[in-house]
Amino acid sequence: MSTPWFGQRVRRNEDPRLLTGGALFVDDVQLPGLLHAAFVRSPIAHARILGIDTRTARRKPGVVGVFAADDLGSYWQHGPLLVPPPPIEGHVFHARTQPMLAREKVRYVGEPIAVVVAESRYLAEDAAEEVFVDYDSLPPVVDLKAALATDAPRIHDDLESNLAAHVKQRKGDYEAARRDAALLISRNFRYDRGASAAMETRAIVAEWQARQHELTIWDTTQAPIPIRNGLARLLGLSESQVRVIAPFIGGGFGPKIMMFYQEEVLVPWLAMQLGRPVKWTEDRSESFFATTQEREQIHDAELAVAENGRILGVRDRFIHDGGAYDPYGLTIPINSQCTLLGPYDVPNYESEFTAAFTNKTIVTPVRGAGRQHGVFVMERLLDIAARELGLSPVEIRRRNYIDPSDFPHDHKILYQDSAPLVYDSGNYAEALDRAAEMIGYDAFVQENRVAAPSAKRRGIGIVSYVEGTGIGPYEGARVTVETDGKVTAATGVGTQGQGHFTSFAQIVADQVGVGVTDVRVVTGDTGVFGWGTGTFASRGAVVAGNAFHAAALLVREKILKLAAQFFDVIPEQIDLAEGRVSVHGTPDRSLTLGELAARANPLRGAVQPGTEPGLEATAYFGPSRGCTASGVHAMIVEVDVETALVDVKRYVVVHDCGHVINPLIVDGQIHGGVAHGIGNAFYEKLVYDENGQLLTASFMDYLLPTALDVPDIEVAHVETPSPLNPLGIKGVGEAGAIPVGALFAQAIENALGHDVVEILEMPLGPGRLFELIQEARARAPVERVPATARSMNP
Amino acid sequence: MAQTVSVTLHVNGVQYERAVEPRLLLSDFLRAELGLTGTHVGCEHGVCGACTILLDGEPVRSCLLFSVQASGHNIQTVEGLAPGGEAELHPLQVAFREAHALQCGFCTPGLLMTLVAFLDENPAPTRSQIREAISGNLCRCTGYQHIVDAVMLASAART
Repeated sequence: MSTPWFGQRVRRNEDPRLLTGGALFVDDVQLPGLLHAAFVRSPIAHARILGIDTRTARRKPGVVGVFAADDLGSYWQHGPLLVPPPPIEGHVFHARTQPMLAREKVRYVGEPIAVVVAESRYLAEDAAEEVFVDYDSLPPVVDLKAALATDAPRIHDDLESNLAAHVKQRKGDYEAARRDAALLISRNFRYDRGASAAMETRAIVAEWQARQHELTIWDTTQAPIPIRNGLARLLGLSESQVRVIAPFIGGGFGPKIMMFYQEEVLVPWLAMQLGRPVKWTEDRSESFFATTQEREQIHDAELAVAENGRILGVRDRFIHDGGAYDPYGLTIPINSQCTLLGPYDVPNYESEFTAAFTNKTIVTPVRGAGRQHGVFVMERLLDIAARELGLSPVEIRRRNYIDPSDFPHDHKILYQDSAPLVYDSGNYAEALDRAAEMIGYDAFVQENRVAAPSAKRRGIGIVSYVEGTGIGPYEGARVTVETDGKVTAATGVGTQGQGHFTSFAQIVADQVGVGVTDVRVVTGDTGVFGWGTGTFASRGAVVAGNAFHAAALLVREKILKLAAQFFDVIPEQIDLAEGRVSVHGTPDRSLTLGELAARANPLRGAVQPGTEPGLEATAYFGPSRGCTASGVHAMIVEVDVETALVDVKRYVVVHDCGHVINPLIVDGQIHGGVAHGIGNAFYEKLVYDENGQLLTASFMDYLLPTALDVPDIEVAHVETPSPLNPLGIKGVGEAGAIPVGALFAQAIENALGHDVVEILEMPLGPGRLFELIQEARARAPVERVPATARSMNP
Repeated sequence: MAQTVSVTLHVNGVQYERAVEPRLLLSDFLRAELGLTGTHVGCEHGVCGACTILLDGEPVRSCLLFSVQASGHNIQTVEGLAPGGEAELHPLQVAFREAHALQCGFCTPGLLMTLVAFLDENPAPTRSQIREAISGNLCRCTGYQHIVDAVMLASAART
């Protein structure tokens, strides 16, 4: 057999279309008679709506319709609860999901109140300016701690407080661990909000074909099939009457799996009501308010350690900001709760969280989905314990890793997918050693000890994390050998740049005996493949990838069987490679796959009973539980102690996602994740004022890292194959982003030494770091930088 | 009926005459009027660079210009880079593919147009010059490293 495609650095099949401007994104859809929608959104975080006057707007040129909540009739309703909480004993959860359009009350700035439909987007926006809403302002609930105060204004009037959920999970006996501890480390941590900021904003186009009674929707969703199913239910149609197409999507990063956005349920309804296709594309400003965000949490955590640095237990109590509504359930805080345990053997754990409603944009997963918080808390506690115990950050981690012989490792708590948190495989010490070696950890520590004081200080950091990936329930795939010899491979998961057109093609090509470019992957079109859930939790490659593998194996079997019949030999005598079948040892007895596919679909004659036509198979894969990817990140920073600017000098990632399908693509995923993490750690912050107004609602104010801010990243792989799927793969989509905050904190502390107080919050930013440096100096004046050194560094 | 003005634009070597509202953005003109949807709109306030095109050979942001301002000028969009289509990619496009310099591909047309002009001015750049050159183009997927690799590849292929 030729070299398998699996594992090769194959360039991507989808690139030519994307590079020439030929790929279809949702906003590119143009249809005859297309109308355009614009939304009227609340400028106030918390208010009663006393009245909505749409009369002037309706009379504006080009306006076809204006709709507020009362104009929706019986269609008006609240969105569904997407993810019900796992069955954790004693949990409290209040589902309060977003209404299609605000009625009576608005609960965050940007909440949609009315929609205008007009002949052009320009005209729709003109008219939206003329919708007048009479508000009675209410005191806004912005601060997370204040949200839970007994006298806080209530966001949902029917609840007794702003408490959205309360969950407690425990294993072992933390109180006993605490009594045995040589050292207790107790700190408060805060992780604030950031945006997903996909370069493509959300968009949706809907067309009702009255003659066919069919609704076609183009949607920038990560979950086209659940969107189809939900819209069919809402609109009173069968699922087969609704086709949702998620074509090329310009980045997802989590918020595009949120469902149902208000716009997403209204645009299809409008298309049906008005009998013309309707398009809505979010503008960037809207995106800052209307697309879901992460990730404010406040943690109060304690670590109990033995003299030798071994973890005896952890107790964590935290508050999670859910924003105004909680359609995504408890996925994020449960991820935080579970991921805190990291790659470590933690015998006793007690974790309790309270989720609060606030008058801010809805919170749903953004790349990492709460894992950042858990990793930040645990890694920081270990760093502080190491300092107190006189251990290096490398050593304290090594001493606490779950041993490679201790898998599967049961953490004895429940994960977000309602399955027990059991790690399937890993080798954490190997990753740590590789990362320490690549970054030159020991040498750096030696050299830095004797470095002369200067305005620019170098520091090193190294942190570990795990990522639960590849969760169920299932995905499916259909593989078809076409009569032109090409192979079509279809799945339901949508794609947002992860290279599915290539990775899946590699998996299929290996079994069907063709080249990667001979496999045409179709994703995200419910009209082509209609079973599945979506692209989230770093699961596309794992779950859909294994479904493709299973389907391709079935097709391979059909090919061999049919070829054997044709040549009158047994299947074991058939060679399958390079798009041909031939009889082993007699290469002239040969057919192309296209010819064989044609023979599998005869026009006349008889076939044997039980025969299926074609060389085609469909298969599904549903893992028993998720597989645990992991990694170690290390970096060297240079911090200007006067300006608080941080320059990342080197960045190393050693990652374990099991068997790597395509190293080129995996490296790209990691690079992008790290860049996102760097943004969240040091450049990006969604700043709300006390009125719940977002102060950073443009790319002028909300700083995405540029090419000057992200360093070259050195990537290496440890491969511990997952035993939970035949391909032995684990997910990688979020890995890069997860540990970066913890790494920044450690490296900056290492650089500044006594010139900074402990870093217990993220994002940091030069402004906040400057304040921390000033605070440290005010507390304990230390030797200042020599003037000569300063002058050398303008 | 809204007031319109007549504009004449030369886009990818073809002359187009249209009557447009004075406020129509050049980006919307290219996408909606001409159907050249390869030019993407990421922010509409001139920061992200996704809508970058060449105006008389210079990279500009088409979301910051009205189509009337471009009247009489020569414009090149990403569709003009490979007139022969996917089978005949521009050398920079080839390099982007080789180096995996794109993931979702949304920012890619703007990066290509920025870099085509950059490489004409500076055919043998250093990595840090490349980073400087693309610092006005935001990409959320790649972390930029593979883009820098691609430009180095394209540069090497020119010599």
